[in-house]
Amino acid sequence: MKTFIDHATASTVFNKDEAHVNWHDETLWFVRSKRDKAVFQIPEWEQLREAGSQIKNHVLSNMHDYLVAFEKKATENGITIHWAADAKEHNEIVYKIIADTAPQPPEGELKSDSKTPPLGVGGLRMVKSKSMLTEECHLNEFLKEKGVEVIDSDLGERIVQMREEPPSHIVLPAIHLKKSDVGETFHKHLGTEKGATDPQYLTEAARQHLRDTFLTRKVALTGVNFAIAETGGFVVCTNEGNADMGVHLADVHIACMGFEKIIPKVEHLGVFLRLLARSATGQPITTFSSHFHKPREGQKMHIVIVDNGRTKQLGRPDFRNSLKCIRCAACLNTCPVYRRSGGHSYHTAIAGPIGSILAPNLDMAQNADLPFASTLCGSCSNVCPVKIDIHDQLYKWRQVLVQEGHVPTVKKLGIQSMASVLSSPIFYRTAGKLGRFLMKNTPFVTNNNLNVWYQQRDMPDVPKESFREWFIREKGKK
Amino acid sequence: MKVALFVPCYIDQFYPNVAIATLELLEKLGCEVVYPLNQTCCGQPMANSGFEHLSKDCDNNFVDNFKGFDYIVSPSGSCTLHIKQHLHGADNQASTHIRQHIYELSEFLTDVLKVEKLEAKFPHRVGLHQSCHGQRGLKLAQMSELVAEPFSKTERLLNMVEGLSIVTLDRKDECCGFGGTFCVLEEAISVKMGKDRITDHTKHEAEFIVGSDVSCLMHMEGIMKRQGSSMKVKHIAEILNSPLTPRGGI
Repeated sequence: MKTFIDHATASTVFNKDEAHVNWHDETLWFVRSKRDKAVFQIPEWEQLREAGSQIKNHVLSNMHDYLVAFEKKATENGITIHWAADAKEHNEIVYKIIADTAPQPPEGELKSDSKTPPLGVGGLRMVKSKSMLTEECHLNEFLKEKGVEVIDSDLGERIVQMREEPPSHIVLPAIHLKKSDVGETFHKHLGTEKGATDPQYLTEAARQHLRDTFLTRKVALTGVNFAIAETGGFVVCTNEGNADMGVHLADVHIACMGFEKIIPKVEHLGVFLRLLARSATGQPITTFSSHFHKPREGQKMHIVIVDNGRTKQLGRPDFRNSLKCIRCAACLNTCPVYRRSGGHSYHTAIAGPIGSILAPNLDMAQNADLPFASTLCGSCSNVCPVKIDIHDQLYKWRQVLVQEGHVPTVKKLGIQSMASVLSSPIFYRTAGKLGRFLMKNTPFVTNNNLNVWYQQRDMPDVPKESFREWFIREKGKK
Repeated sequence: MKVALFVPCYIDQFYPNVAIATLELLEKLGCEVVYPLNQTCCGQPMANSGFEHLSKDCDNNFVDNFKGFDYIVSPSGSCTLHIKQHLHGADNQASTHIRQHIYELSEFLTDVLKVEKLEAKFPHRVGLHQSCHGQRGLKLAQMSELVAEPFSKTERLLNMVEGLSIVTLDRKDECCGFGGTFCVLEEAISVKMGKDRITDHTKHEAEFIVGSDVSCLMHMEGIMKRQGSSMKVKHIAEILNSPLTPRGGI
């Protein structure tokens, strides 16, 4: 089992550098503000959200039919469809396609004594554009162990890949880093000048490095934003054009998608493409919305359709509509907790509020802390372009996690005693009176570092009587 | 009009003045106010922590205290929302009636009493803290995320108070980070969120942070006191109930 630091602990560490937290918060608030500006230019924005939500609800209720229709059309178009039940199967399918494509059979090369084979031997190389699904499946780690050299071509992803970090945000993978961090990383990996922070200089270095990658890789993997049942085609949205650069020069295009990416018709793109970029970055549309329908002559095209827990989530009435998500990250940008804890504190591929309602489905024990990493303020549900009731689902996951026994015993005992005090009027009044008496006469009982509240906050002043006591006294006067 | 006053537990114990102001204000506006003496809590602390099943006795006690009134009014958006969404006592009919007839104070003044003017004076610059459950849950004000006409029931009432001016905040509806048990389970983030809210009010030279939820105010007050800030917190009931001439004056 992978060890991890829980959200509260990771956030405490993140908050040790308050200036950095302020910068992180302001940067993401700027993205939220850009989103606001963009959506307020669309008078029918709320109707558009409703339309997006209803289309997705319809898809969730007819998933089987749309997937079968998509497979049929795509196959007719000359695309090979693969079905993967889980992350492992997904990774193995991708590996097999790469191995089958490699100029030299990799078998002999892999029998070396070294536990981690040298990367890229025998042509085991791939360029990959952004795909949160492959993060979810930990594809890069899997392929690395098999000796496949993968280069992420999205600039942000390339930066975190060099640093051997996971992305901290689903749209802006390196948003936790400053220019100076990028300069340092590029100095180490691309040989740029030490101390360089000029974005143009650094971007140019990355561009040259990636250009060489695009020219030489024979296999390119992309994500899928929308797969259209009606045509068997799919759409990939990027701002850097890196998905296109990869696949146009490669002999093999692999596109990986969670099965919920399906939409019924081409015309529905008119809803989703308008919702996606405005919600994500405040752009009217992504710079590149690339439509793929069939392999070009001599090229092979594969689509891997992945379940990995989605069927299970679809079967949970309270949580199924989390599968409507189009991965815009608006809920991350608006989340006051995410902005002040950073993406890595969520210890899952998908951070933020949406990640916190998706992750417990995959592993309740590992992710039991995440639904509690929220004040339930509700801003996430309001910005969601497909109207997922994120904060209500966070509340519901808390109930499930307690019922399933994934809450620490100390907390359980604390809440049980609180419940018994608050359920009994006499017990409540006695406890209240005693508490106020102690706070007034022996303040050290509460004013110490064992009291988490008191670490950075004073206790409220103790009034001489409760409202009830005042009320009875005043009423007695009348 | 017979109105039952629901005073949330922490207001009863630590902020009796807020409950007194609520009671006086409702009486001033012609309501016959009853305070059921055996009330305790709405059950939210358990439910939001994932222990909804442990709030059953609390729910039953709530129903025993509040059944049969025309209206139930509370100076807390968060507790009101919790009752509206989650009160399920053994007496189903009484629970339903309560869920449908409980109002947060500013909501009650606006939608039921239809208050158009108030005799109140509070000559100060105040910042309005829109508590999330009141705003996004009870829709006391339009939410900044939605493309829709702006309104604010709380702000409309505050604007009836003589001498009061409301400062414009940079982030008009960002959460303060209280969040119930979140405030201790996620202490670092909770405090940071509170500090950032306070800074927004300080930056715009508010003398008071005013809100409709004492829990948020208590959290921010705790941080402000630790910082040695001169800014204070006030619940809207205390402001809407501020007399035109100071008590003991003239």
